Amino acid sequence: MSTVKTTPEVREGWDGAAAASPSARARKRLTSPGASIAAVVIAVLWTLPTFGLLLSSFRPEEDIKGNGWWNWFTDPELTLESYNEVLFGSTTQLSTYVVNSVVITVPSVVIPVVLALLAAYAFAWMKFPFRNTLFVAVFALQIVPIQVALIPLLQIFVDTGLNGTFWPLWIAHSVFALPLAVYLLHNFMSDIPAELVEAARVDGAGHVKIFRAIMLPLVLPAIAAFGVFQFLWVWNDLLVALTFAGSTSDVAPLTARIAELVGTRGTEWHLLSAGAFVSMLVPVIVFVTMQRFFVRGLLAGSVKG
Amino acid sequence: MDTAEKLAQMALAVALFAGVVGLILLLAGRVRRGADLAQALAFVVPALALLAVGLIYPALRTGYQSFFDRTTENFVGLANYQALFERDDLLVVLRNTLIWVLVAPVVATVIGLVYAVLVDRSRFEAFAKSLIFMPLAISLVGASIIWRFVYEYRPDQQNIEQIGLLNQILVWLGMEPQQFLLNSPLNTLLLIVILIWVQAGFAMTVLSAAIKGIPQDIVEAGRLDGLYGVKMFRYVTVPSIRPALIVVLTTISIATLKVFDIVRTMTGGQFETSIVANEFYTQSLVRGNYGLGAALAMVLFVMVIPIVIYNVRQLRKADHR
Repeated sequence: MSTVKTTPEVREGWDGAAAASPSARARKRLTSPGASIAAVVIAVLWTLPTFGLLLSSFRPEEDIKGNGWWNWFTDPELTLESYNEVLFGSTTQLSTYVVNSVVITVPSVVIPVVLALLAAYAFAWMKFPFRNTLFVAVFALQIVPIQVALIPLLQIFVDTGLNGTFWPLWIAHSVFALPLAVYLLHNFMSDIPAELVEAARVDGAGHVKIFRAIMLPLVLPAIAAFGVFQFLWVWNDLLVALTFAGSTSDVAPLTARIAELVGTRGTEWHLLSAGAFVSMLVPVIVFVTMQRFFVRGLLAGSVKG
Repeated sequence: MDTAEKLAQMALAVALFAGVVGLILLLAGRVRRGADLAQALAFVVPALALLAVGLIYPALRTGYQSFFDRTTENFVGLANYQALFERDDLLVVLRNTLIWVLVAPVVATVIGLVYAVLVDRSRFEAFAKSLIFMPLAISLVGASIIWRFVYEYRPDQQNIEQIGLLNQILVWLGMEPQQFLLNSPLNTLLLIVILIWVQAGFAMTVLSAAIKGIPQDIVEAGRLDGLYGVKMFRYVTVPSIRPALIVVLTTISIATLKVFDIVRTMTGGQFETSIVANEFYTQSLVRGNYGLGAALAMVLFVMVIPIVIYNVRQLRKADHR
């Protein structure tokens, strides 16, 4: 529901110092030693837990279980054995679930983006009865927590015999993404100058042509921002996955499987640490490579769920 | 299914979908000019139909089922809602939800704000920010495992070393290690720490952008009046970014009410740590009590509505400044 993306300063602000004009805001040091120390303390507190688990995931099994990760500095030994076991070992087989996560995520991003593009175009540029009423209704649907829809939706999938396949996950993720996607893409499309569309109409282009040739290229940044957000939302999701796929089934994603491992093998820290980082690898790559879109998408959709 | 089969299914689904959309566009393009309504319907109906079947109907059905018993066969009136305010275990759920929503948004916002001010225009700003922001990218399941390791407890015996950082710190300080996740109400607070750890990055990003949007002349006027450091923060920075602060607080509040993954992964809702969003899952899908589960979902819905409305209104204001 958050439309933070429409606040202009948010779009520019992420790059920090780069966004401010250099003349007016010369880079300066932190205001005081106390402030510097406080900033460093927060940064360390925020990083240390991740660092400890990351280091542990590379330690031999008996070391992880025998003593704390800080002992590594006096007894440095690294191995990829935990990753090998968690990915390909017969008890965990996470590599299967990596595939499942990919298979779940790709259609769950493509389908809502395409459907939302069509609907957003209609709401922004076509005339039909109840247009505004319907748009407000779609907008308002963002407040519905997905919990409210899960059980009856599951019942529908059971009744239609789709349960146990990937379809419930694809359909559920698509449905839950639509209100936000339609709203965001509509905002972008209605910002496009009317003269551009009018000129195309005068040249004899129909709506389908205008949609493909003018709208799609111009709203690409918005598609990227929403696409990245939706990708991460689906990849990181646990609730939808547990409801429609369970945690060990043929179609369960990585998050559900790892959450289940915590319950059943909560002390096997060599498996948990490596497993956790296997699941984080993709989001972190996306974070590093697509930071700009990533931040915009996250800000835009931060209330989803 | 093996990997190739799964990937083939995925490709087939995407191709099927692309085919249907292509067909719709083709047919819509064929319509002679003037028949605008048919074209508009072709564009808008697929999304609306999916929302009607997949979201509106199920939501209404959940509302209806919340007045029925565990098997959804017998009408029980308001009994499920009554149970929420009478049964001791469910009162704990409501109490915990209240603690979450009172603590997490405020602490995450304060930390995000302080950090944003501290690193603003410093030399390492981009790097310093990405450290705090990174937790927002990973799953709450991953975040939970990271913190579970921090809270890990080993029995206090000879030859057994603590492997969790927090308990090791206790040992270094000469205290006894604690079973952090078992002791209520401390365990709830420790779960909240995880959400704060994730959401502070969100708060920092939005607030940092707002701070950079403060007009330079206001800052300079403050300087002329002799405002520096904490006073500048208190009398210039905070009032100037008030709208953004409210948006951040309400946004995190909504996310807090809906949080499920942390409780599910850390304790499964045991040891008096359950909250409404987790209890919905437990009742509906573990205990098979559909009536009570539906009532919990509706309670979640009702709790979210006022915050969302307030959030949207503030957002409008912030945009039209």
